[in-house]
Amino acid sequence: MLNVGSLKEGIVLDHIEAGKGMSIYSALNLDKLECSVAIIKNARSNKMKKKDIIKIEAGIDTINLSLLGFIDHNITVNIIKGGEIVEKKEILLPEQVTDIIKCKNPRCITSIEQELQHVFKLTNPEKKIYRCIYCDEQYKY
Amino acid sequence: MKHFLNPLDFSVEELDEVLDLADEIRANPKRFAKVCEGKKLATLFYEPSTRTRLSFEAAMMNLGGNVLGFSSADSSSAAKGESVSDTIRMVSCYADICAMRHPKEGAPLVASMKSSIPVINAGDGGHQHPTQTLTDLYTIRCLKGKFSGMTIGLCGDLKFGRTVHSLIEALIRYEDIKFVLISPEELRVPSYIRDEVLKQNNQQFEEVESLEEALPKLDILYMTRVQRERFFNEDDYLRMKDSYILDKEKMKLAKSDMIVLHPLPRVNEISVEVDDDERACYFKQVEFSVYARMALIMILLGVDKPC
Repeated sequence: MLNVGSLKEGIVLDHIEAGKGMSIYSALNLDKLECSVAIIKNARSNKMKKKDIIKIEAGIDTINLSLLGFIDHNITVNIIKGGEIVEKKEILLPEQVTDIIKCKNPRCITSIEQELQHVFKLTNPEKKIYRCIYCDEQYKY
Repeated sequence: MKHFLNPLDFSVEELDEVLDLADEIRANPKRFAKVCEGKKLATLFYEPSTRTRLSFEAAMMNLGGNVLGFSSADSSSAAKGESVSDTIRMVSCYADICAMRHPKEGAPLVASMKSSIPVINAGDGGHQHPTQTLTDLYTIRCLKGKFSGMTIGLCGDLKFGRTVHSLIEALIRYEDIKFVLISPEELRVPSYIRDEVLKQNNQQFEEVESLEEALPKLDILYMTRVQRERFFNEDDYLRMKDSYILDKEKMKLAKSDMIVLHPLPRVNEISVEVDDDERACYFKQVEFSVYARMALIMILLGVDKPC
């Protein structure tokens, strides 16, 4: 098992589906961070056989947890302090996501009023269905 | 402050309160002739409407209030590019309540977020038309005396027909309702109505294409128009527009106490010869719409009933 000893303070995004590490890195804009970021690809996992891991030498508030939950709520976030895991945060599907995805319905008010926030609400957690709060259009992944 | 953007914004009890007040108004309209004296209703109609706008204006005038507004986007600041948010902030300074119709879905919700006066959704694209639902519910209650136990056929454009979506959402809150959804395959109810409203609530419903087969089992037939303005492609509209035409012959298949409703305007989906049938109740709906909107305006404004 990989250890997180080299990371004294920071966060580890664990249980990322193997091969998805880079897309999470891009979606969370981790390339914009000044701190160290490590991506481990195809790490061995008892639960998933293979998984990706991202280590970030920064505080929890540097990542958008709603966005992470929206992308994959099975990812776990470990908070590291003094080289130890002090907290495991479970990521839930966010009830609402704002300006993360765009409504594509040409009849929606957001299609003509550019300054409006694109807000989607979780209407069916089992099927992970999000709908635009303005027009009820389902977001298509 | 309460808005009315979706029929579900009101609980069943709150809707009953509106319908009970509408009953009182209908019984004695003169009693309510001055309850909104000094109040102003703004009708913000970004797309053409005859019935809904006139019904709102008549409702406010019947209550002794005044009306201001515009009847198309061309005659408003929207033509100059003003946002809905800015328009409603401005209108909030002029009026006490507003009714908004907009071709884009969600525009009344955007308005309600910035408004300091109650906003009524008077129809937003193919999305919702809650005051038509209020009218439909009031008409059904007046003519059938109840909602429970009814088999309701919804016929025509069930995909873009916002009145249908709103009515289904409102009616599933009552017990033992059965829906028969009659439409061509291309105009069936959207998936969110089928999956998250009907199926999720274990609602009894069936989707059929034949009006003739459905008619004998219906207590209420709700006809809708195939709306040209909802199609991006004229060819699709022309192909669908004559899908269902209710005529005297088809009415022979219906129960003697079935009622025919229609949000109007109709084009050709109900033959004029049906108008004389006592089961044709779509013009009564127009009359009831004014009482329902009067009651809604009073409740949203928090106006007391006259002594």
